[in-house]
Amino acid sequence: MTEGALRVGVDVGGTNTDAVVLDAADRVVAKAKRPTTPDVTEGLRAALDAVLAEVGTAAGRVTRVMLGTTHATNAVLERRNLGRVAVLRLGAPATTSVPPLSGWPADLRRAVSAGEAVLPGGHYVDGREIGPLDRDAIRRFLDGVTADAVAVTGVFSPADGGHERAVAELVGREYGLPVSLSHEIGSLGLLERENATVLNAALYGVAAHVTEALVTALAERGLAARPYLAQNDGTLMTVEHAARLPVATIGSGPANSLRGAAFLSGVADAIVADVGGTSTDLGVLAGGFPRESAAAVEIGGVLTNFRMPDILAIALGGGSVVREHGVGPDSVGYRITEEALVFGGATVTMTDAAVAAGRTPPGAAGWDGAPAADDLTRDLMRAAVSRADAMVADAVDRMALGRGDRPLVAVGGGAFLLAPQIPGVSGVVRPDHAEVANAVGAAIALASGRVDTILPAGESRSKAIERAKEEAAARAVAAGADAAQVEIVDLAEVPLSYLAEPAVRVHVKAAGPLAR
Amino acid sequence: MKIDLGDVAALARGCAVLGTGGGGDVRTGALAARRAIEEYGAVPLVRPADLAGDALVVPLSGIGAPTVSHEMIHGEDEPRRIAEEVERVFGRPPDAVMSSEIGGANGVAPVAWAAQLGLPLLDADGMGRAFPEVQMVSMYVAGLPADLVIMADVAGNVVTIRPVDGLWSERLARAVCVAAGSHALMADYVLTAERARGALIEGTVSRALAIGRSTDAAPDPLRALREELGAARLISGKLTDVERRTTGGFVRGTATIEGTGGDRGRRLTLELQNENLVAVEDGRVRAMVPDLITVVDTETAAAIQTEALRYGQRVTVLAWPCGPLWRTPKGLETAGPRAFGYDLDYTPVEELTT
Repeated sequence: MTEGALRVGVDVGGTNTDAVVLDAADRVVAKAKRPTTPDVTEGLRAALDAVLAEVGTAAGRVTRVMLGTTHATNAVLERRNLGRVAVLRLGAPATTSVPPLSGWPADLRRAVSAGEAVLPGGHYVDGREIGPLDRDAIRRFLDGVTADAVAVTGVFSPADGGHERAVAELVGREYGLPVSLSHEIGSLGLLERENATVLNAALYGVAAHVTEALVTALAERGLAARPYLAQNDGTLMTVEHAARLPVATIGSGPANSLRGAAFLSGVADAIVADVGGTSTDLGVLAGGFPRESAAAVEIGGVLTNFRMPDILAIALGGGSVVREHGVGPDSVGYRITEEALVFGGATVTMTDAAVAAGRTPPGAAGWDGAPAADDLTRDLMRAAVSRADAMVADAVDRMALGRGDRPLVAVGGGAFLLAPQIPGVSGVVRPDHAEVANAVGAAIALASGRVDTILPAGESRSKAIERAKEEAAARAVAAGADAAQVEIVDLAEVPLSYLAEPAVRVHVKAAGPLAR
Repeated sequence: MKIDLGDVAALARGCAVLGTGGGGDVRTGALAARRAIEEYGAVPLVRPADLAGDALVVPLSGIGAPTVSHEMIHGEDEPRRIAEEVERVFGRPPDAVMSSEIGGANGVAPVAWAAQLGLPLLDADGMGRAFPEVQMVSMYVAGLPADLVIMADVAGNVVTIRPVDGLWSERLARAVCVAAGSHALMADYVLTAERARGALIEGTVSRALAIGRSTDAAPDPLRALREELGAARLISGKLTDVERRTTGGFVRGTATIEGTGGDRGRRLTLELQNENLVAVEDGRVRAMVPDLITVVDTETAAAIQTEALRYGQRVTVLAWPCGPLWRTPKGLETAGPRAFGYDLDYTPVEELTT
């Protein structure tokens, strides 16, 4: 065992909870997979215990634990443990033709809304106030609702968050409720940003549960490690930060798998294919970070403008059922060890087809040699492999944006079923520990901060952009980054049309390694 | 016939198809329409012939920057203030609301405005599609005087403009819109039913509804949509290049589609200015404005707006004839290829695709 600090990465997925231990030189020194449990806690403890047992007495040297989880996503999908939110929009008399939560599924709205109001406030595109804040109207609204949290969305708040912050101060001082502010959460596009802000406020309880499970598990094991949560852009936040921005943990799974793939392979620009039992998720790494989706993202039937990794999921996995007409979309899932031919079962799966074609998992004893099959089945399997290869090639082509010079990094438990050569990429990279890439991605993540705003395109532009960069860096430090090592990792400008003064929409992201 | 809650989704899909890539995102308008129907009831759809000759029709549309209208959404009061101003000017209240532009957001949002005002919606519009400029409407082509524009902003301001012609109405309305925060509701060509006859593209609301419904539960949505539109299929393939730039307040650009399947080896280029304007293959024009060119998802037949075009999408390009008004000399002068800066003589899509 090496000397120095250790850190633990955990990824709580839908099926498995993966854990890894990395040493000070970023080597994987332990890894484990355990089934995910409904309340997260048991699976988390089991995976944690498994890797800690592997490192033995060195467990005392664990200084940080990073958790990636789909718990918040599932809470929204299942309408479970969600808090009741007082939904306040600042913009009246504008925006009243579409009140808050319009278009929400009725059951989710019932579960989440404690009441909605559109009150004066917010800004025009040029920075003028639409109306002054009406503090008495805000008090009357809040006096009339029973809520666990408040969500505030002001028109053009990504350009000026002053009104939202003023409301947060009032609510904190006079009502003692947690407040979710839209300018900290989403970009321009009022309804989508408001939806994400309300979901965020509804998730405060869920976030507290996950954080508590993690903190308790660490305390029980006598670990003095600092806990962090992974977010949807592949960076980390402190548990205090996560308590305020739980919606940011949604989408952390794909982000971790992309970041983990970059780290394990040493390739910063690549297509990543994460092959699971039922589906394959493809994403793009640019400069070591996930490429983000330009389109609005639906979460639990609600449209949000939350920036998520651009992921293309195709119905192809190790458990996909092979039939006469092709492969999948159905899968034997976790029953693969009973049902697949190679395990003595009676269902022809994609795993069987891949093994028959000579593609075997690395180090899988007893997997070499094709599964016993008649001529017809062998033909089916050959056709299935061709079909699967065509599906992957097509998906790669869609993600590659016409660039064929990047390699494909294959991760996930089903990575072996991918062809040795895939059209549209320069090669196929299969790193060690690829099956726990998600947990590795959590363990190596940086802390980040972002700003999305509208700035004048004239002479003051460069100064304004410098200020936006400083603000993004400050937010990264607030999320746990080392102030001395924060860098601007993304800067995008989009010119706006039909405005009196030329203006640009600016998006800045800063990231850096965690502070000591 | 009435437009009720169950019609809004289909209407929005149809308006997106008629938007020919532009006209703004239909989602916010559809949410506003649903909300207004829930509160005020279903909206009767009437034909111009159903109205008395002196009935007042108010064509409404949102004007402004898409980024702004997506953030600073319409208030509920703007239609009422425009209706009040119409009554002040004409001495009587309006009798019906009309969509100025059936393509895109301005096709579906008038359902909300009509519901809020308790007025029927006219089964007609001023474009039959989407166009970017205020004077590109059938009323202008029909020679109706563009002597009145009423605008209402979110703050409560109402501005009445008496322009000398359509080009001035575009220029002045644009300036007021910018001053109002780059987003306003606008009525122009307030007209009597009698004057409206022959000056509108009729039946476009029910057409949009039928277009939206055609793909519902269709085993082959693309074929169903083509048949409903009577459209030629220019190409099916993969989007391989999208290039955009902002000039003169508009997004201009090109999109290239490489044929797949039976179209392998072919390549179609679309010229865009918010809307899809010209389709070119091997240096040969296959369709041009004011005929309609729409890009749809090959699998679902859902229309794709120009700003949502992305490399790798599997798309089909459809083209079909515009209303006869746009093919008159004045129509082509107003919204033909040369009005958009293309050095092309207009040729009907039927002649280019057969």
